[in-house]
Amino acid sequence: MILAWLIVILFAGGVIAWLADFVDPKLPRVVALGVLVVDGLLMLTLLNETPFTPAGTTGDWLVYLKADWLPRFDIYFQVGLDGLSLLMILLTAFLGIMAVGAAWNEIKERAGFFYFNLLWTLAGVVGVFIALDLFLFFFFWEVMLIPMYLIIAIWGHENKSYAAMKFFIFTQVSGLLMLIAILALAFNYFLQFGHFSFDYFELHNVELGASVAMLVMLGFFVGFGTKLPTVPLHSWLPDAHSQAPTAGSVILAGVLLKTGAYGLIRFTVPLFPQAAEQFAPFAMTLAAISILYCAKVAFAQTDIKRLIAYTSVSHMGFVTLGVFAWNEQAVQGAVMTMLAHGLSAAALFMLAGGLQHRIHTRDMGDMGGFWARVPRMSIVALFFSIAALGMPGLGNFVGEFLALLGAFQVNIELTVVAAFGLIFASVYSLWVLQKVFQGEFQSQHIEESALVDLTRQEMLFYLAMMAGLVWMGMYPQTFLNLSAMTLGSIL
Amino acid sequence: MDSTIALQDLIPLLPILVVTGVAVLVMLLIAVKRSHTVSCAVTICGIAVAFLAALAVLPFAGQQVTPLLVIDNFSLFFTIVVLVTSGFVAVFSFSYLYELSDEVEEFYLLLLIATLGALIMVSSNHFISAFLGLETLSISLYGMIAYPVHCKDAAKFPLEASVKYLVLSAVSSAFILFGIALIYAQTGTLQFADLTMSTDGLDAGGAYYIGCLVLLFSGVAFKLSLAPFHMWTPDVYEGAPLPATTFLATVGKAAMMVLLLRYMVASNALSFEPLVVVIAAVAMLSILAGNVLALVQENLKRILAYSSIAHMGYLLIALIALGDTSTPLGVEAISFYLIAYLVTSLGAFGVATVVSSSEKEYDFVADYQGLFWREPWLALLLTAMLLSLAGIPLTAGFIGKFYVVLAGVEGGLWGLLVVLVAGSGISIYYYLRIVYRMLMQPEPGESYREAGWASMGSYVVLAMLLAALLLLGIYPAFLMSVIQTVAVSI
Repeated sequence: MILAWLIVILFAGGVIAWLADFVDPKLPRVVALGVLVVDGLLMLTLLNETPFTPAGTTGDWLVYLKADWLPRFDIYFQVGLDGLSLLMILLTAFLGIMAVGAAWNEIKERAGFFYFNLLWTLAGVVGVFIALDLFLFFFFWEVMLIPMYLIIAIWGHENKSYAAMKFFIFTQVSGLLMLIAILALAFNYFLQFGHFSFDYFELHNVELGASVAMLVMLGFFVGFGTKLPTVPLHSWLPDAHSQAPTAGSVILAGVLLKTGAYGLIRFTVPLFPQAAEQFAPFAMTLAAISILYCAKVAFAQTDIKRLIAYTSVSHMGFVTLGVFAWNEQAVQGAVMTMLAHGLSAAALFMLAGGLQHRIHTRDMGDMGGFWARVPRMSIVALFFSIAALGMPGLGNFVGEFLALLGAFQVNIELTVVAAFGLIFASVYSLWVLQKVFQGEFQSQHIEESALVDLTRQEMLFYLAMMAGLVWMGMYPQTFLNLSAMTLGSIL
Repeated sequence: MDSTIALQDLIPLLPILVVTGVAVLVMLLIAVKRSHTVSCAVTICGIAVAFLAALAVLPFAGQQVTPLLVIDNFSLFFTIVVLVTSGFVAVFSFSYLYELSDEVEEFYLLLLIATLGALIMVSSNHFISAFLGLETLSISLYGMIAYPVHCKDAAKFPLEASVKYLVLSAVSSAFILFGIALIYAQTGTLQFADLTMSTDGLDAGGAYYIGCLVLLFSGVAFKLSLAPFHMWTPDVYEGAPLPATTFLATVGKAAMMVLLLRYMVASNALSFEPLVVVIAAVAMLSILAGNVLALVQENLKRILAYSSIAHMGYLLIALIALGDTSTPLGVEAISFYLIAYLVTSLGAFGVATVVSSSEKEYDFVADYQGLFWREPWLALLLTAMLLSLAGIPLTAGFIGKFYVVLAGVEGGLWGLLVVLVAGSGISIYYYLRIVYRMLMQPEPGESYREAGWASMGSYVVLAMLLAALLLLGIYPAFLMSVIQTVAVSI
């Protein structure tokens, strides 16, 4: 039941936060923070559960629940939590708290409705990470869209209407293709076993012809690849990220993208091993293209949030690469990249958002010479930039290194090409640092008094994320152990 | 065939008889003394009694009453659906017509007679009763659409809408009649079920039979506003007073769809390949035309008109899927989708109705700018309804779309499913555009009319619709099992 509670708390918390707005406009953020902390603590207690294998499943699960939902189609409220899911929901709760922190002073208008949307998005995300019934999974997959759309459309920046619409149409259309794939799978199960099933474990038993399996697998791949995103399905992302409010960008980059990666690891490859293996060279090529092309495009941006958005696509390429290499090291690398990128991208978006909040521009052409004026912010930015470019000792390095190491065993050429991404990442990261924090201060564009350094409260959030990245970089075993629990059974 | 009717044969017809009786009663009451409140109250109570009667005759389901009507679970289910919908439209009518500077009582009379026509349609399995029901419904609708025609300050252009609907509807009825006549000339029967056997004798590939079915289907396609027979839809939707639009969009469409479904199942016409090709082409055209044309509209009623064209196209996918399979999944899909569509349309038009009056309809998208901050509950309602039309989870529309896609997958209709995905993608744009408009800052200016007590009923109905929408979206297990039992009986 605890898994259902995790979701219910977020849904109910969202409603309470909205209602709290009518009492006092300052209350919703406190409610949201409280709800996320409670939810996070509840998730932490799950670390103590002993793994077991429930009837009708394979692999080890910490918590598992299967309850009737729609008996007509044998659809169940089936949720389960294993190491990978636990890592992902912990990341969700952690970044949720960061997002509340980012929104704390930024969102003044209609705060109640904002936190309602934030918590409902997170509820959908948590649902995605624990659902084991494919219908339920799809349900949550779509549930998170509308509140995210509203966050961008209401609290976004100058071009919010276009960005929100593009985000929604991309994810919705790709989602429908995935729905058709899910239903095709369930219907084939019906043909072979005489009843419908959306059960993750039962669907492993469906036997599909090679071409059908490939098509169904592609349906899943398009759904997840759009969310991840991978070239050529990525074009919604720079718009959505740059137009969203800071908290929205944090959730988008930190958590929503990871649902796509999670879907690839949990569903696409395990359900269609042969088709995925056949498709792997193409997927890995797309991954390499994503890494290099988006790094190049990032370098060409002047809008700092767009730049970070493109680097996200580039880093997610390592995840695709790792997943489709499909050996333990590679997938471990993908998972570590998901976690580390979650923290580093979230922090970078918070920094960019913080800058925009202070100086009302995202144009790097107007920036320069900030180091002398905001030293704390500059150091934080330096830290997260070198984390993102893959400095050893921090989490991103572990993830990308493992992903490349695993991929090397499968496809040497593509791995060599993809590895250039690490060099490109250094180029654009250092270039941004140079542009924004070094050089001349341009007083004609920016009012100096508006540029204030990070407050103590903001520092607290950044320090938490720094600690996370150092932990991942110095002692990744904590995280690897948890994900190994999942990978052991699906690889 | 025994043509006398015994008294116990009449019991299953109770809902139809009650509605007939109430229509007469309302007419007499108007003759005695005109009162808007009394007419409306009697209408709603009468419909409620008919609803109870329909529940009461459930044990008698499964009878052929005269060769014309069949009372089975399926027809009773849709009898209930039609009655509830009509009752809701009557409630909306009250707040809308409250300020009309003309006699308003006859509107309820027309509404009852139209409901009667719809009830006959959902219960008929014979061409004669089907046609009678259809004409009863249509002729009442002409009156409902033209109702405020004598008011100088009527909100819209009811006369234009009514004449347009009258002329085109009459032409399509003629098509249907001609199709029926041709079928009769060849087979000698008008009973749907007998056609199965009779058509076997026909040359199945023959131009003659193609002609019959295509004539019949084009007439039906007109009533369902399927492309390329959809031209009238946006104009009539826009020009008609809101309650009439609501009735036309809900009961009018649903009754026709149920009738089509019963005909297709009973006569097995879908085993006839050329017809399937025609329906598939119409479905594709409807989905694309409806969605693309809705993109450029600025009027909420017109957007909903075009979106209804697309939704009828989605329903045709489930209808085609019916032909190839032995399971009744297609019937279930159509039934569920119709229910979801009814709830959603009622809700969307209902929101427009409660802010509008007979003198001023707020039916432009721009009129809803900032609704979220002016009337949060209404905005929430309209948003939920639009999301349901777009097929987003937590709403009934999502489960409906799930059914249709599943039926399509079962029938292996991949091409049509791709069109459905494309259509849905396009549709999101115009649904979300309305939502976005509601989220914008409100413009200072004229406010909606003061609702007052006359709208209380409408607000209650809207709350019920929202509850139904969410219930059907989150936990539709009950309706699913009901539909499953109902679908078997057809």
